[in-house]
This record gives sequence, C-alpha cells and structure tokens, in this order.
Amino acid sequence: MAGTHVKTTINGDSVEYVCEADETLLDVLRNRLALTGAKEGCGTGDCGACSVTVDGRLVCSCLVLGVEAEGRNVATIEGLAQGEHLHPLQRKFLEHAALQCGICTPGFLVAAKALLEKNPDPSEHEIRFWLAGNLCRCTGYDKIVRAVQDAAAEMRGGRHAA
Amino acid sequence: MPLDPATQKIRAFDQVGTRPLRPDGLDKVTGRARFGADATAPGMLVGRILRSPHAHARIRSIDATKAEALPGVKAVVTSKDFADRSDDLRDILVNIMARGKALYEGHTVAAVAATSASVARKALKLIKVDYEVLPHVTDVDLAMEPDAPLLHDDLITSGVEPVPTKPSNIARKIEFGHGDVDKGFAEADLVVEREFKTEATHQGYIEPHACLASVGSDGQGELWVCTQGHYMVRDVCAQLLGMDVSKLRVTASEIGGGFGGKTTVFIEPVALALSRKAGRPVKVVMTRDEVFRASGPTSSTSMRMKIGVKKDGRITALDALLKYQGGAFAGAPVDYGGMAGVACYDYPNIRVVGYDVVTNRPKQAAYRAPGAPMTAFAVESVIAEIADTLKLDPIEMRLKNAAKEGTKSAYGPTFGPVGLVETLKAAKAHPNYKVKLGKNQGRGIASGFWFNFGGQTCVSLNLNIDGTLALAVGTPDIGGSRASMCLMAAEELGIPYENVRAIIADTSSLGYNDVTDGSRVTFASGMATIHAARDAIKKLCGRAAKVWGIPEEAVVWEKGFAKPSGANAGNFEPMSLKELAANAAKTGGPIAGHYEYNAENAGPSFATHVVDVEVDPETGFTKVLRYLVCQDAGKAVHPSYVEGQFQGGAVQGIGWALNEEYIYGADGRLQNAGFLDYRIPVASDLPMIDTAIVEVPNPGHPYGVRGVGETSIVPPMAAVSNAVSHAVGIRLTESPMSPPRILKALGEQAARKAG
Ligand code: FES
Ligand code: FES
Repeated sequence: MAGTHVKTTINGDSVEYVCEADETLLDVLRNRLALTGAKEGCGTGDCGACSVTVDGRLVCSCLVLGVEAEGRNVATIEGLAQGEHLHPLQRKFLEHAALQCGICTPGFLVAAKALLEKNPDPSEHEIRFWLAGNLCRCTGYDKIVRAVQDAAAEMRGGRHAA
Repeated sequence: MPLDPATQKIRAFDQVGTRPLRPDGLDKVTGRARFGADATAPGMLVGRILRSPHAHARIRSIDATKAEALPGVKAVVTSKDFADRSDDLRDILVNIMARGKALYEGHTVAAVAATSASVARKALKLIKVDYEVLPHVTDVDLAMEPDAPLLHDDLITSGVEPVPTKPSNIARKIEFGHGDVDKGFAEADLVVEREFKTEATHQGYIEPHACLASVGSDGQGELWVCTQGHYMVRDVCAQLLGMDVSKLRVTASEIGGGFGGKTTVFIEPVALALSRKAGRPVKVVMTRDEVFRASGPTSSTSMRMKIGVKKDGRITALDALLKYQGGAFAGAPVDYGGMAGVACYDYPNIRVVGYDVVTNRPKQAAYRAPGAPMTAFAVESVIAEIADTLKLDPIEMRLKNAAKEGTKSAYGPTFGPVGLVETLKAAKAHPNYKVKLGKNQGRGIASGFWFNFGGQTCVSLNLNIDGTLALAVGTPDIGGSRASMCLMAAEELGIPYENVRAIIADTSSLGYNDVTDGSRVTFASGMATIHAARDAIKKLCGRAAKVWGIPEEAVVWEKGFAKPSGANAGNFEPMSLKELAANAAKTGGPIAGHYEYNAENAGPSFATHVVDVEVDPETGFTKVLRYLVCQDAGKAVHPSYVEGQFQGGAVQGIGWALNEEYIYGADGRLQNAGFLDYRIPVASDLPMIDTAIVEVPNPGHPYGVRGVGETSIVPPMAAVSNAVSHAVGIRLTESPMSPPRILKALGEQAARKAG
C-alpha cells in the first residue's frame, strides 16, 4: 500500500513520517514514532486514554488519522514536563495518589491541562464534566479531581505571584 | 497499636502509615511506563485472532490455505497446534482455542501472525470455518432446565448423591452451614424471603490484554505480558506448549488494571504458538470488543434468600439458594461468593445451597471478591427490609448480629479479631449518616466481607555498595504495592524510604510467586519483605560482630545501625548500613536477605458502606449524592493507596448496581461490547467518595496488615439498592438498577395503587 508522507510538529519538534491512509494518529504515535505514552483503551473514542491535543484542541488520537496531522501542532503526554520539571498537574497527581495502575493517567493529564488552559479556576462540577470522557477504573475519580483542583490552585497562585 | 508477634512488643511506626510518592510514579505521569502493548522486538509480527460469531456451534472444518498463501502471513494456528490433554488445564486449553465446538460468541478458533495489522486482518477474513450452529443458552435458570442445550456431553454434576447418570449444565452443587434452619425459622417472629437476580459485569480494566512472545527454534522463549501473575502465565503456557518451564522466561509489564480479570491466560499461549511457528516475535493485543466478548466477565446469578429474626432484630436463621453461571466452563465462584456473602453475621442456624452452572457465555474470570457482591446483595437487601419492617436503625440491627472475635463463621473457621463492629460504629459516627434527606432521596447501608488470601511468596532484598537496597518481589504491582513494600523494608531496616527500590522480578530471577489476587500482596509480599529485611539484618549484625570480634548475639540492629547489645558486649561506635555495605567485600561478600514461604493467617477485612441517592421519578435516573466507605485495613501501610482501594472498589460496585450489565440478544450474541454501551461510571456520575480507615490489627502479620483490595466492592450493590428502594418506596431485587428497571418498578407500583 502506498503510504502518505506527513510533516508535522510533535511536542515542539518537527517530525516527518510515512503512514497508511487508514492509520490512526494513535497508531502512528505508538508504532511509528515510539511515543507510547498515549494508550489505546478502546479505539472508539470512548475512554480518553489516547488523549492528545492537535493545535491546542483536545482530541482522541484513536479518532484522528495520521495523515490529518499534516502541518499541525500535536502535543502528547511526553511533552508535558519541561526537562526535569514536571508540570504542576503531574506533581499533584503524584502527591494525591491520583493513579493506581496509571494506564489512564496520560490521558487525564493531557485532558486536564487542556481544561486549565481554557478555565484556570474550574469548579468540581466543571472538572467532573470535562473529564467525563476519560475513564478510570481504579480510583473512583476522587483523588484525580482533587489533584486537578490542587494543581489549578497552585497555577493560579503562581500566576498571581508572577 | 499492633502487637508484633515475633517480639511481643507493641510497636509504633516511623514510616509505615505515611504517604510518600510511589517509586513508579514519575514514569506513569510522564508516559514512560511500559505497559503490555508498549513493547517491541526486532522483526516483530502482529498477531490477530479469529473468533466464533456463534454462541454455540460445531466446527466441522477450518481451511486456512488461502490465509497462509497471503503475502506477509507468517503463521496460522488452530487447535491442531496444541496437544490435547485430560488434566485440570484442559478447560484453559479449550478456552484459549476452541476444539471441536465454539462454546460462546468470541471463542477463539484460529489466529494469524503477519507483517502488519492490515495483512493480519485480511488473513482472518480468508480463513474458512465451516460451522454447524447449535441451540444455545445464556441464562442461568434456563441452563438448569432438563431440556436445555447441553454444552458438554461429559459434564456430570459433582457434589450430589447419588451421582447423576446423565450430563447437564450443572457442574457442581455445594452446600454449607450449621444448625437447623427449620427450627430457626420456627423460632422467628418475622421471616422475609425474596428472589434476586444480578447481571454479569466486566472487570473493565482500561488496558486490554496484551503480550509480546518470542520463541526460538532452540525451544527457548520469552514473554512480556500484562498479568496479575507471571509465574502462573509461565507455568500454564509452558505446559500448554509442551515446553520446559525453565525455558520460558516471563516478564510482567506494568499492568493497566486487572481486578481479577488478569489471573488467567487468554492470548498468551496463542502468541507463543504463533511465534514458535513463525520463528519471529509476535505481539498480540486485544481490542476492547475482544476484551468484552472473550475475557472476564463475572457470573450472572439468580438467588433466593430467606432470613428469620426475633422482634428485636436478632437473626434466628438464614436459608439461601444461589445459582451462578460461569460461562462455558465450570468454575463460577458460587462457593467463595456464597461463603463471603453471608459472612458478616452470626447465625445460630444457616444453610446455603449453591449451583455452579455453565452457559454459552465467555468463561467467567475472577472479579474483585469473586462472587461475594451478589450474595451480599441478597443478604443485605433482606436485612434492610427486616430493619424497615421492625423499625430498627439499620446499623443497630447489624450491630446486634455482627460477626466478631469468637463468632463461628458459616464457612467453618471461628473469627479472630475482626473489625465489622468498628466499621459499623465508624459509619454511625460519620457526619454523612446524620445528613437530613429530601424528597425522592434515600439512604442505604450495607456491610461486606472478604477472606483475603496469603499464598506462595518469595522476595529478595539485595544490599548495594552505597547502602541502598534493591527489593525484588514477584507479585505484579497493580495499585501502588511497590510503595508499600519499600515502606515496610525501610521501616524494618530503619532507613529512609527513598533508599529502597522495589522491582517486579521476572520469572527466572526469583522463586515462584502466586498471582496478585485475593488482596494478598501487601499482606503476603509485605510480610515476606519484612522477613527478608530481618534476614538481612541478621547477616549485617554478623558482619559487625566479625569486625568488632564479638559474638553475633551481642550485636543488635537499631534504626539503620548495628550496635553492641549493651555495655557488656563492648564499647564500639555503631556501624551504619552504609559502612557495612561499603565493607561487605572485606567482611564476607555480598549481603542479601531472602524469604520464601506459603503465607497463612491473612486476616479478613470487613466494611460498611453508607450511600445517599436521589431518584428522578420521571426518568428513573439515580444520582449518587454522597458515599462513605468504612473499612478495616488492619494497619494502613500507605493510607492514600488504601483509600484508593476503598474508593475504586466502591465505584466499581456503584457501576454494577446502577448501569453495568452484559446484554444478550436472542441469538446469544453480546449486544454491548464497548464502553459506549457498556457504561462504566465516569467522573460526572459521582460525588467524592468519603473514606474512614478502621485499624483492627491482624495478629497474623508483624505490622497488623490486612488486605484491603476486594472487600470494597462487596457492599455497594446492596447499599445502593437499599438507598434506591428507600427513595422510591419499592424494594428492588434486580441489578443493575438502571433507569428502565426503576421506571418499570415505578409503573408497576402506580398500577397497583390505581388498581
Ligand atoms: S483509545 Fe481513544 S478513546 Fe479510547
Ligand atoms: S489508575 Fe487504573 S485506570 Fe485509572
């Protein structure tokens, strides 16, 4: 099968790849680019484990084709920390024990970051509805919601101080 | 405070009970952690599985010649590639690859390995299977009928006398109890008897089954797999493939949830067989659809529960009939489920009869406290109805009958110190119990129990040159157990938590370990870690004694230092772990602690849950307003992860109670094999889940630890049902209590009132 040549930006780096026409962005990330942080929990857009952002918009990468990334800006879990410095969400997830098995964690972090960029001061209700597309079977969500609340508070505090 | 049985000292803890960051945390928040599907190998092929579209069908023939001829296809396997056997692994063998008959929709009939996923998919379509479709049965009551379609011609019910002469779908009958139930009911002032049904649910781990297998022509193999027990995987796969156990090395990947569903094999032997045939590594990853159709789920059940009480609420007798279907093979957890489900109370007279039934559904797999939530649903619903009728406070009613130290359990043993009474009191004292409820709202209470397992366990603790330690355990970490192991090792050695690093060792690096199940890991691997640390301490004291030239017994270990035991032993500067490590080469070589045993006295964990709900009478939708879990942890090693187990189990139970169910069509096919139609709870469905950790030390563990993972799923179905029943004024007896079922009950009630 003839592949398509794609030029895109992933976590700030320019990347080129060849993929088949029916290949999802998730498969490209995982199988061609060794970016296995995004997970496939369902492949049908129902679990959010594959969450990434494309031009800042939160998407399920299992529902996006690899060829659609052409000329876009893709951000994955691998780009969340800046070098040694974890993103406040990553730190708060650890501090609050907001993960048990951790398979859902990359998706939650990417989704929560997209929320806080839109709404730096979400209510519990808003957090719960924004994250309703991300399934976690281990935690019952309690500690995840608290971690997001705490990270949001810290980031707001940081902004005020700056 | 726990009594250390080894030293008979009451002890305080420096580190156990604190909440440090977990050692595998960073990898998991950065996307670096490697789960089942994240591994690759040079020359790797993609394996895919062909599954039966029929619930029950004879396989007349399989023709794979076209698939084999497709460019890029490197191997096709069917049942012919696995030698038949007659031992106790036969059911597993037949489940991983159908032989002669497909027993459920989704049953594996063939598999291919190809150079890409698209070639593999095409190859599956080219495999011709000639099926003769047979009548099927998926309902437990129907499967027990004398004229029901038979799954196995040779299945003779065990546990009945005289032995039946004809095969049936009833694999086994069990019976247990004590006293005389007829007498007990005769003494009762009130007897309530109800019938209950629960639908099958899936464990719903977010990570589908995945493995990467590699077998060479020299007969040696490697397997990378997400599993709750890589030793089990090794032993079962080696036998099914006819390999020496020593030739198969299995590494447990990070595991994305299991809840009991990853305690057996599905794709692993198939991947190994494909790899052996192709001579190349093969990765097999299930789709979510396959996970629903061919792995997991729980039993569905049909039950009758009868309980008699005196006016004051004291139970005089319980009589139960439990029917559990476990899919296409024997093994529905009616025994454990029944025993655990009735375990909360002290019954002068009790009889439980249970049936393990086969149907044309996927073979059930363990799901968190396997079997217990269903029986507990029936018991706790009848108890709630009795408390309502007698106008007793539901917690007082339970306290009157609660199992405590000295109570003889229905399943045999007499309980040691247990914490049910403490959880009931914690629930009663909690502010949630005092909140006033509004219109269409209801409160439900339920208690629950799980035995907790011990089992075969082996750990190794190796001292590094700088005084840090490498701890190798053999039980996959499914929810933060590495943190707990490090805490216990650090506590015992008296060194900082950060100085211990725990890993899950592969099967060639450590002795045999049972599966991570039965809430056993923090208890059993934890205790092994403590003993391995003590073993290391003994050796460390020996080294210090050697340096000081005094007898070994004259050296004690205190908070990370070897010290002379007293003034008589001599006057030496305490020697730190770091110094001892640095000098190890000069004092006798490497220092390591080991421990291997078969752990016993796990100590059961009891819980009481309190839930408030609001039911919308227009739509039948139930909203959970607040939820409280009170559970005995013995000693919470890492309280955050204990709370996490409480919360996660409670929410799985809420899903079971309100939404989750396997829906079968008349054709015997599963109609909701995806997360859109099989709806597990999402964040917006739930409130915060409040927790209260009760600590009644387990005398069977040096720190008092009890397993906590499973009990939390036992009460929710009953607690939610009791709350919904109170909110709508009708006793509900079927799960899930989804909007259609609640609307139906409301409609019937309205019709009764009108009539
Ligand atoms: S894998 Fe994309 S939403 Fe589940
Ligand atoms: S932590 Fe396991 S699914 Fe979320």
